[in-house]
Amino acid sequence: MTYWAPGLAGAAGESGATGAANGFAIDAQNLTRRFGSFVAVDHITFDLRAGEVFGFLGANGAGKTTAIKMLVGLLAPSEGGAHVAGFDIRTQREQIRRNIGYMSQRFSLYADLTVRENIRLYGGIYGLTPRQITERTTTMLDTLGLSSSADYLVGMLPLGWKQKLAFSVALLHEPKIVFLDEPTGGVDPITRRQFWELIYATAARGTTVFVTTHYMDEAEYCDRISIMVDGRIAALGTPTELKEKFGAESVDDVFVRLARGATKGEAA
Amino acid sequence: MNRNALRAFMVKEFHHILRDRQTLTILLMMPLVQVILFGYALRSDVRDIRMAVVDPTPDHATLELQSRFISTNRFRIVTTSQTPYVIEPLFRRGKADIALVFDPDFASHLRGSEPARVLIAVDASDPNSGTTYLNYTRAVISSYQAELSTQNRHVQIVTETRMQFNPTLESVNLFVPGLIALVLVLVSALMTAISLSREKERGTMEVLLVSPLRPQQIIVGKVLPYLALAFANVLTALLAAWAVFHVPFRGGVFLLLAESILYTLVSLALGVLIAARTSSQRAAMLAAMLGTMLPSTLLSGMIFPIASMPSWLRPVTYIVPARWFIVIARGIMLKGVGLTILWRETLVLSLMALLLLAAAMRSFKPRME
Repeated sequence: MTYWAPGLAGAAGESGATGAANGFAIDAQNLTRRFGSFVAVDHITFDLRAGEVFGFLGANGAGKTTAIKMLVGLLAPSEGGAHVAGFDIRTQREQIRRNIGYMSQRFSLYADLTVRENIRLYGGIYGLTPRQITERTTTMLDTLGLSSSADYLVGMLPLGWKQKLAFSVALLHEPKIVFLDEPTGGVDPITRRQFWELIYATAARGTTVFVTTHYMDEAEYCDRISIMVDGRIAALGTPTELKEKFGAESVDDVFVRLARGATKGEAA
Repeated sequence: MNRNALRAFMVKEFHHILRDRQTLTILLMMPLVQVILFGYALRSDVRDIRMAVVDPTPDHATLELQSRFISTNRFRIVTTSQTPYVIEPLFRRGKADIALVFDPDFASHLRGSEPARVLIAVDASDPNSGTTYLNYTRAVISSYQAELSTQNRHVQIVTETRMQFNPTLESVNLFVPGLIALVLVLVSALMTAISLSREKERGTMEVLLVSPLRPQQIIVGKVLPYLALAFANVLTALLAAWAVFHVPFRGGVFLLLAESILYTLVSLALGVLIAARTSSQRAAMLAAMLGTMLPSTLLSGMIFPIASMPSWLRPVTYIVPARWFIVIARGIMLKGVGLTILWRETLVLSLMALLLLAAAMRSFKPRME
């Protein structure tokens, strides 16, 4: 059992977000989380390059959400560790929070506030100046085509718009990394397409995208994917690499083959 | 940590509160409605007063007085006995509201020159009905006395009263301080618990905890808007009590408002603690009802006097914040006393506020177990 040593990378983390010793946006070493005797995340090791779109796949109960929660600082690891934007997830959670955006599985905007008020809230929380907030609000609403709906209550928007808005709000403070936990759940195919266009545009601007999804067609859009089975990373690579390695037609095939061997969760 | 973040968060909280018009209306109207309902319910006209009579030496005169009671159509004599020992059990079992105890020499004194004595014992566990019973009883006796006196004779009936279970009873005014305590705990503890657990339930709390906002800021941002709402409620309750029921206000208004803020802080902290330990709005609501509203109503001395509680229950009331606040509010409003008298209760509330706020802050650390 290798314990992750906070030596090199930890020291580099002090100097700030750009100072990740190895230049990775995220590097996780033997990251582990136990709940009693149940091992939800079992020594996973992976890294993300800056500006990469990384698909984090796995069946329900495979440990994806637990892993994300550790990376964003909502859960402490039982063992191992990770750096996010160059900061240690155990000791530098405050710095991590300023440098990441997070869109949770559940809809995270306030339905009883207007579009503009939601943006203003998150802008305020992330320490943007009123001027920055006004400017970015205008840009964001133009990009999303929501300018005419700025003063509508968010609860009245269609689901697809809500999700795109939530994504844009998570990017409001221009984070280095954005975590998206099943961002396209329940959204129609056209909106999913548009959503992925937003993800690509974001990655093109240098933001690293860490995304979990159930849709295997979406996995094909990622630069690299990892497939979690029973708390472990069972496969990691570009979609093409994985398809070749498993001799599969699609990522979907790869996924089904791996998930079939699962003992936990609902995948079997 | 920047101040903008906290301000942005509080603006959001005010939006939540102001936009939920129904809840807001209920919350704002509550003190008014409660003061009026309680006030009138407690002043309601009294009929069918159940009277126990203790008459050691039955006589024409004592029977005559009893028949006066019956003829008012308000009194019903449930039992007549020769010893006073029956009263206590009757009161305890709620079989009688009032007892009339004749002195053994009542009839002979009434005919002679000495004052005739009669004791009125009232079950005052419901203080306000108790007062009403007593007043009716006195009225009947004094009209009887007046009637006898006109026959060219000086008749003197001396009544002695004993308020059973609540000897210090004053008046309906006692309720207003209790109501303020109840409304404040309702707005503060219940609403904070619901609003915090809503964020947990909907998943927005997770996003807040991932943001640079500190848990303390989330709590302060949640609590301050409700403090403002609670403050408005105190003012409404006081105004309603003064305008509708002419409840006196003898002490310092500012002292009372300051004490109300202290008590609201205690309640808000309780709300935060409840939200931290429950996982759904429904559970939080029930917990807040059970944990704060019931004790504030039943164990605070608002309705049931603490002195008449069983001895094992009395120490429990010490941990009910409303108990201390009610003593303070009654002292200020009805007796006009200040901190020189109420410093002890104020100290207790301050300590509670400190402890609970500290505990509330701790409880909302992002779950890093």
